[in-house]
This record gives sequence, structure tokens and C-alpha cells, in this order.
Amino acid sequence: MKIRTFSYDQLDTFVHRLSGLSKLVCFLLLTTAIMLTYDIRIILAIMVLSYIMMMISKIRYSQIKVMLIYVFAFLAFNFILTYVFAPEYGVKIYGTRHQLFSFGGPYTVTLEQLFYQVTKFSKYLSVIPLGIIFILTTNPSEFASALNGVGISYKICTSLSLTLRYFPDVADDYNSISLAQQARGLEMSKKAKMMDRLKRIAGILIPLIMTTMDRIDIISNAMDLRGFGKHKKRTWYAKKPLKRNDYISMAVCLAVLIISLYIRFAVNHSIYYNPFQ
Amino acid sequence: MNSQSSTKTIVATGLGAAVFLVLFMYVKVPSPVPETNLQIAYGVSSFFAAVFGPVAGFLVAFVGHALSDFIQYGSPWWSWVVASGVGALITGLCAKKVAPAVEEGRFNTSELITFVIWAVIANAVAWLVAAPVLDIVMYSEPASTSFLQGVTAFGLDSIVSCVIGAILLKAYASTKTGKGSLSKDI
Amino acid sequence: MKEPIITFTDFSFQYFEQSEPTLHHIDLTIRRGEKILIAGPSGSGKSTLGNCINGLIPFAHKGKITGSLNVDGIETKKSSLFELSMKVGTVLQDSDGQFIGLSVGEDIAFALENDLVPQKEMKERVKRISAIVGMSDQIGQNPHNLSGGQKQRVSLAGVMVDDVDILLFDEPLANLDPKTGKVAIELIDDIAKEDKTVIIIEHRLEDVLHRPVDRIILMNDGKIVADGTPDEVLASGILRDYGIREPLYLTAARYAGSEITADLHPASLETFDVSGIRHDLQKWYDDHYNRVPQPQKKEMLKIEDISFSYSGVKPTLNHISAVIHEGEMVSIVGKNGAGKTTLSSVICGFIKPDDGKITMYGEDLSPYSISERAEYVGIVMQNPNQMISKTMIYDEVALGLTIRNLPEEEVRQKVYDVLKICGLYEFRSWPISALSFGQKKRVTIASILVLNPKVLILDEPTAGQDYHHYSEIMEFLKKLNENGQTIILITHDMHLMLEYTERAIVISDAEKLADQKAFEVLCDPVLTEKANLKETSLFELAQKAGIEDPLGFVECFIHYDREVRAHEN
Repeated sequence: MKIRTFSYDQLDTFVHRLSGLSKLVCFLLLTTAIMLTYDIRIILAIMVLSYIMMMISKIRYSQIKVMLIYVFAFLAFNFILTYVFAPEYGVKIYGTRHQLFSFGGPYTVTLEQLFYQVTKFSKYLSVIPLGIIFILTTNPSEFASALNGVGISYKICTSLSLTLRYFPDVADDYNSISLAQQARGLEMSKKAKMMDRLKRIAGILIPLIMTTMDRIDIISNAMDLRGFGKHKKRTWYAKKPLKRNDYISMAVCLAVLIISLYIRFAVNHSIYYNPFQ
Repeated sequence: MNSQSSTKTIVATGLGAAVFLVLFMYVKVPSPVPETNLQIAYGVSSFFAAVFGPVAGFLVAFVGHALSDFIQYGSPWWSWVVASGVGALITGLCAKKVAPAVEEGRFNTSELITFVIWAVIANAVAWLVAAPVLDIVMYSEPASTSFLQGVTAFGLDSIVSCVIGAILLKAYASTKTGKGSLSKDI
Repeated sequence: MKEPIITFTDFSFQYFEQSEPTLHHIDLTIRRGEKILIAGPSGSGKSTLGNCINGLIPFAHKGKITGSLNVDGIETKKSSLFELSMKVGTVLQDSDGQFIGLSVGEDIAFALENDLVPQKEMKERVKRISAIVGMSDQIGQNPHNLSGGQKQRVSLAGVMVDDVDILLFDEPLANLDPKTGKVAIELIDDIAKEDKTVIIIEHRLEDVLHRPVDRIILMNDGKIVADGTPDEVLASGILRDYGIREPLYLTAARYAGSEITADLHPASLETFDVSGIRHDLQKWYDDHYNRVPQPQKKEMLKIEDISFSYSGVKPTLNHISAVIHEGEMVSIVGKNGAGKTTLSSVICGFIKPDDGKITMYGEDLSPYSISERAEYVGIVMQNPNQMISKTMIYDEVALGLTIRNLPEEEVRQKVYDVLKICGLYEFRSWPISALSFGQKKRVTIASILVLNPKVLILDEPTAGQDYHHYSEIMEFLKKLNENGQTIILITHDMHLMLEYTERAIVISDAEKLADQKAFEVLCDPVLTEKANLKETSLFELAQKAGIEDPLGFVECFIHYDREVRAHEN
């Protein structure tokens, strides 16, 4: 098992220089904008913007190859599922029917359904680069302080930073425990019944949880001894102060959100953009 | 809550999410439903929920699931991430009864029943209500697909939460039993 | 004399969940600027004593206090963990658990973050402190790129950043290899000179005494049983009575029949006056030295030209070859990260080597799956909690057999046999939680032995154990070995390799450096340096006493010592 974590690269690009806080805010603003619209024009605009940002931040294809494979598999599955279970959804939304061809039975392909599914497909596709940019250009150390910056309790943020800190250790634990148990014969065979499979996996989980509980005791002692929870808040060593570009970026993303809402409520009068009427 | 138990809960939340993340990403146990896997991680989130309470449980599953999506897909599928969290949150409502018992080394029938009841309710709310409704509201997914996926998830995740969660609680409780008066068998 | 900084007055403590007090009527004064070593076997209450000073007791671990403990003018039970953490900095044994931050700088700053220190000031203080512990160049590094010794430096910096006056080290040597431990002791000594009060809780006396301490306080059963200068305590011979290992050079001098008094300055080999005992040593050596010829044994497990790399760039194992003979007990030694654990993973089939193969009696093991290989090679992990998945002892030991679908009767027979060998038979219906660490270790060994592997590999079997438990585990392994079990020990414990294994395979930076008698390895300054080991003080003693063949002296000691132990056990 190869441990794949956030392969954060310490580069010096416009995107890397932004504070984690503003990247988080931009990510949330743009994903909200996409979530709240089904207008392919807005979606494509954001998609273009985010792919440009990905180029600026010098993200290499090799870093995201595996991710993209997962994403396409997921989207393809979603695409088919949507069609199989709701082949007339597009017609329902747009209120017109332009049939292209038929597979027989209820399965006809309409222009409306195609447009709906393409819009949906690009909707998801445009979110992906935003997340990738956020994850790959934000120093994990800064991650927690950024969340604290948007008003989330510092206790929760500290716990998140512990997750990032100990994730590789837990993965190592899992790996070594699982190998040692396999040597004793605990192998995941496909033939076993589901209950047996669960019991076998428990043979790995029990030692994993017990070692984790030991770790929890040690870490909480160490934190108590260094004054954790002394005050109602804490400061952050790794926090990046906000600069001019941070404010500009956040303002641009906020503008995008406002524009998309304006179009939804004042122009389209609907979440959908309807080219058929 | 005194300072130690709150620090411990925070640490447990952080590490619990790390365990959840590792299992969610790497451990795929094939389920009886074709092309779907049992998400063993839900057993872990229900364990942490039962021992450390609803808030810890929520964060373990929410953070673990969100980070896993970030790493694997670049962006979380929020409706399901929230549903994961809601499931563990509601399971955590059994902590009032289960957690003190487990800390004293007891996980017997009455604790087991409480745990299972809450876990099943929790999974029902998460996968039959929260996930599909959020899918429809947030992503405008067609209702039929959303509910179908929800039903499958409810079935599989309930089993995992109950079985794995109970096994872990039992094992953890057994480490808390004192030396007592054991005699050697000659 | 300086003023007292820590004063225990008729102090007792009892954990709520325990029926007996852990500390009984402690009276102890530690003065400002002193450097104190608190020694004692596991369960003696030495860590509890430390936790009373830093405030984990009673604020994190609840219990009942009687009497008084005053730390720098504060009565601890009326204080708080936060107030005490500004006075006492504690470096814990587990440097991974204490490394909370995602990078060196963040971890050092943790206490400052909690104290709302502004970022600018934080950066300056981190910079200053990291220079003191020699980590300036690693401020941006994440913990996974650091060695154990470096992590410990960060932990130290993380508590010093608060400008504490008292530094408390809880078993600082437990997870370090000998050379790193030596450097750590030097660093602690340098810091102690900056007018800090330093308290070191440790049972590895000889290693701590590499640099002088002012006093040794010996604890047993929750009481202080000795409190004096190192020379006095070591000369008294009391350490052995309480199951603490005294420095090997002293044991040798005692074997030779010399009388040790405090004015010989036995606290360290450097100060130890050997002029009076030279003759005793020489005579003892002449009387006892005889070279025992090693019988030729049959070749069993062969490691043939193994290479492996995790990254594909930097090798972790570079063309390693070695032979393990039937019935041997061999140690594989080398610094952490040198590749010794990787080698054991290759032997067990957990990872496939890029090159080379593992054979047993000439049979290539590579076609076997991990679980099939378990009948050839079994591995016992360092921490028993990493293996135990059942509540009851019987079930845990039986697991490997029941999973292989053996008939119940056969399973029971095999499990009972193995439990008898491991001295666990009378506990067979006990829950594992009722066992001590050493017994748990034996359960995990039994759970592997039951599969009847031809070779048993143990990863750091005695890590973190005091002398008593160390002896208990190792004598058990020795007995197994005498019954014909071939055993490989992966370790950086020099005592273990010296006392229990004839041969040591030394691995350093992916290469096999040596494959020779264990005592020879520890008498070779170049080799010990490269492998992060330390020369044994026996060798230095022999040199200092002018014995002609110091190597022979060490060998003689080891054989004699084994006989003494055999009588004791």
C-alpha cells in the first residue's frame, strides 16, 4: 500500500502566495456559486477560470492523474445512473421535448435530457479543479489556521490539524498490523461470508483502535503539559497574514457568486438556464 | 467537562478522523451488492461516537469523509459528507449510557441494544433522509437515483456500524476490566 | 547551597481507580540548579513522582493527595496544570506522541500558540530556541523526515520555549539508539548548565551517567530507598537489590572480587580509579578465560543478495546477504531507519525485494503468500497491542489455527502445548487485560509459535522495559532457543545483543557492515560509530586497567555473566 497524502509542493506562484484563509474562502464562494446554478454559461466561465488558475499554480498532470481517473469513473457512473433512473428529467425541467432517437421502451434520448446531463457533468467537472488547487497549493499547516480564520472553533481546528499530522502514522500502523495479522492467516477472501469478512477485518481493526487509544492518551498528556486550552482562543504559528492579492481574490470570487445569483433570480428566474424557450 | 477530558476528546476526534480517513480510502471489503464496497470506516465512526459523544462522532466522520473526497476526487460530495457526519452524530446520542459503562469495562446486552438502536436510527436518518434530500436540494439530483443509493447505503452501513462498532466497543471495554480476583487454573 | 525549588513533605498519592497508594510519605528536596537522576524499576512510582511535579497529577490523572508538594513557591494541589506548565517543562518518552505540530517550527511554538503569543514574537522565539537544540536548519521539516533523536530535540525545544526553570525528562533514552542516546544526554547536560533544574527519570543508569549528575534518587514500591551522590549510590551496590542494572564495568569489578567504595569514584568510567583493582581484574581474567569453540551448525535461512527501495531512487537495502543457522539466536542491529525492519519485512514476505531471494533449506520462499510463509517465518511486533485482537488468552493464541480451519481438538492440543512452553498454561482462561506487559508479550509470542515457524523474528522485544522485565522476556526467549527454536532479534539494545546473542549482523545505511560475534562488534569503535552503537564500557575498562587482550576480557565477562544469570534464574 502506497501512502498517498496531500502532495503539497512548496512553489512560489501567485496562488501559492495567497493565504490559506483566502483560498478557502474563494473555494467555498465558487463551489457555492456552482452548486446554486444550472446555467451552463456560468459553469463554463468558472471552469475556464479554475483551469487557468491550475495552470498558474503549476500543478502537474502527474500529481492529479489518479484523482482524475477516480473522478471520471465517478462521473461516468453518475451519468449513466441519472439516465437509467430519470431519462425524462430534462423534459420535465425544460418543458419541451426534442427527441433524437430511442433505445426502445421509456428510453428515448432527448435534446433536453442531453443538455441537462451535459450541464450536470460540467458542473461537477468545474468543481474538481477548485478543490485540487486548494489542496495542492495550501500548506497543510496553514489549513487549520485558515478554518479558524473563517470562524470555526479553535478546538475543532486543532483536532483537524492532528488528523493531518497523524494520518500517515495511522496509515503505517494499519499497514503493519494488517500484514502481521495476514501472516497469522487473516486474509480477506472473497469466498467468505459477509459476517466472516467483517469479523476478519475486526481482527485488524481491534489492534489498530487499541494502539490509537494509547496514542490518544499520550498526545493529550503532551498537549495538556503545554497549556492547551488555557484561553478561549489560540494564535497560529503557521498562519499567513492577508495581503492585497488576498482581498482582491476574495472580492473577485464574491463577485462571481453575486453575478451567478443575479442571473438566477433576475435573468433566468430559475436555477436552470433554458435555451429551449 | 474538565480540561483533561476535553483535551482527550479533541485528540480522540483528530485521531479518530485519521483512522476513518485511512479506512475510507484504503480498505474496501466487497459487499453482497455488486460493484459496492462495505465502508468499514463507519464502524470506527460509530465506535468513536459511542465513546466520545455526538460532536466527536460527527467530526470523525465528517472530516474523515471530506478529506478522503478531497484526496481522491479533488472536491467533496458535500451531501454525502454531511450525511456521514449526521449518522455518527446521532449514533453518539447513545454515548450518555454507553460511554460510562464502557469506561468501567461493561458492554453487555443492555448497552449493546442501546447502541444498535441508535446506530440504526442514525443510519436511517443519514441515508434515507439527509443524503437524498441534500442530493436533491444541493445538487438537484433526480429523486429516484438519490433514494435508491440511499437505501443501499442504509442497508450496508447499518450492518457495518452495528457489527464493527459493537465488536470494537466490546474489545475496548474488555481492556478496562481490572485485575480483580482471578485464579489460576492448574 | 541554593534554595529549594521542589519540596515534597510527607507526600502521598493514590489514584482513584487503585486500592493502594502509589507514593508513600515522600520527603524530598531538590534545589535550584541541581541535576537529579530518579531511578527505579517499573511500578516503583518514579513516573508518578514526575507527574506530581508537572501537574498531570492531580489535574489530569485524578487521585487523593496527602501532605504537601511545593514547586517553585506554589503548592501544586492548589495550582493548575497551566500555572505549573510555565514552571516545569516535561519531555515525554514517546517523541512521536509529543510531536503535535505538522512541522518543527509549529511544534516548538505550540505552547506559545496556546498562550496567545503574537506570530512575530513566536517566530523569533522559535528561532532562538531551535538554535539552542541544534534544529535551526530543520524548522520547516515535517516530523516524518526526522529521526527519533531529532524529534526529541524538538520536544525539548517545545518545552524550553516557555522559559521554564525545571526540566523533567521521562525516560528520555527509551526509544533512542545508543549513540543518539549519548548525544541526548550531552545535550541535556549542556542545557542543565544554563541554570536549569534538571530531573531525569530513567532506569538506564550507565547511559545517563555518561555525563555527571548531582544526585541519584532510587525509588521502590512508592518510597525513596536511596538518595545520594552517584559515587555513594553506585558503591553501595544497592541498585542490584532493586533490579536496576548497574554499569557493566562495575559488575565486572565486582565479579573480580574488588571492593568498590565511593572514593574510587565509580560514577563514571572516566573518574573510576582502577589502579587498586587492576590486579583483581587481571587475576580474574587469567582464572576464567577459556575460549569456547563454536560448534558448526547447519545452514537454514539464507538471505541472498537482497535489494529493496521504497522510492525507487534511494536503496533501503543494498545487496544484503546473510545466513542464519539452525538453532541460532542472532541479532540484527543498526540505527533506526537503517533498513533492519525492512529486511525483516522482506524475510516475512510483507514486501517483495527488487532483487535477490530468501531461501530456507535451499527452498525459495518467494512463491508463498504471506500466510503460507508463516509456517516458515513468524514475526512478533514490538508492541503487543499491535497484535492482540481477542479478549481471552486462549482465543488469541488459537486464532492462527482456527482461521486455518484445523479441527478443534487439534487446536486445543497445540494451544495447550504452546501455553505450557510459554508459562501461560495456568492463565489460559484469563482475559488478556489482566496480564502484565511481559505476559502480554509472551501471549503474542505464543500466538506466533503455535503456527510452528522454523524461524521466529522479534522486533525490539524489550523496548521500554526495565531490567527485571527485560530479563524475564530474554530468559524466556533463551529457553525457547535452547529448546531448538531459531530466533532473530531486531534491536538497538546493546545489552541484549551482548548478553543473549552470539552473533550480530550490523546494517547501516542500507549496507551490511558486519556479521560477526556480538561482543566484537561492541569493541570496534569504527563499527559502533557507523551503526549508531556505543562501545561497551567493559572494553574501555579492560583497556584502562591495562589488560593485554581487552577483547578476550569482554568475551570472558560475557560467558561468566551468563553462568551467573543461569544460577539466578
